[in-house]
Amino acid sequence: MKVAVAVFPGTNCEHDVTHALAGLGATADLVWHREMSLAGYDGVVIPGGFAHGDYLRTGAIARFSPIMTEIGAMAAAGAPVLGICNGFQVLCEAGLLPGALIANRELAFICRHVHIRVEHADSVLTCDAEPGTVLRIPLNSYEGNWVAPADHVAEVEDGHRVVLRYCDAAGNVDHASSPNGSTNSIAGLVNDAGNVAGLMPHPERASDPALGSADGLALLRSFLAAVPALS
Amino acid sequence: MRFRVDIRRREGLSDPEGVTTRRALRDLGYDAVADVHFGRTIYLDLDLDADDPDAATADVAEMCERLLANPVIEDYDIEVVG
Repeated sequence: MKVAVAVFPGTNCEHDVTHALAGLGATADLVWHREMSLAGYDGVVIPGGFAHGDYLRTGAIARFSPIMTEIGAMAAAGAPVLGICNGFQVLCEAGLLPGALIANRELAFICRHVHIRVEHADSVLTCDAEPGTVLRIPLNSYEGNWVAPADHVAEVEDGHRVVLRYCDAAGNVDHASSPNGSTNSIAGLVNDAGNVAGLMPHPERASDPALGSADGLALLRSFLAAVPALS
Repeated sequence: MRFRVDIRRREGLSDPEGVTTRRALRDLGYDAVADVHFGRTIYLDLDLDADDPDAATADVAEMCERLLANPVIEDYDIEVVG
């Protein structure tokens, strides 16, 4: 039940993530991006922030950090890998998740609670959540607008790899009113095997009622439940 | 040798900056503006032992594929400019 929380220059949500995971009983260690080995860890989280200053494109430099080789190997081996916000962008740039995240439709930084709907429970991010559940979780990003060529979008949809969609409080999905213009209102998705997940909203910032919502716990609990040593 | 790399969002994919700028231009009365596409231009200066533009251009293309562009959503052109 050991989780590595990858820290790049510019990462800024690592303590929030480790605090939330520790609260759920996991051992979560901060691991610097230059680390070459993740031996002994059962899963990895890439938290939010601005890895390497987001220069060039979000995640473009981070994908070449030494730790990414080992994260790629763990992903290929079926270990749970979760990218939150900037971590999602890094996983897309690394080719571990499809598509890319571009500027929000209205070209505005969005920092508010949004509603997201759990599409299914067959993933590392949702296995402990009820399909159809509406979660209220903060979104905090400028480049949260997921896009991909049409054939990639079709692959993701046909493969049931969308695990979270932006919706209203009642769970209705309306692409025109999605907060950032993300294709098909996609807020979170997984790779083909279901063990690598990315989402733009921050579950760790909704991990305690004192923060205004504890809805993110369902997602973090799912991630930990997917770690083999825990199950 | 100086290379100019032009990187732009692939046609058909959403370009929020382009859409917003088109709207602004049309609000100013430029009704002929049908579409606006944003891109990025990068100049690269390479120190080369031999003057072999083809090999160097191939290297720049590799740099584009690996880092400078996101081949999932972007296209690029490479030009020797000096």
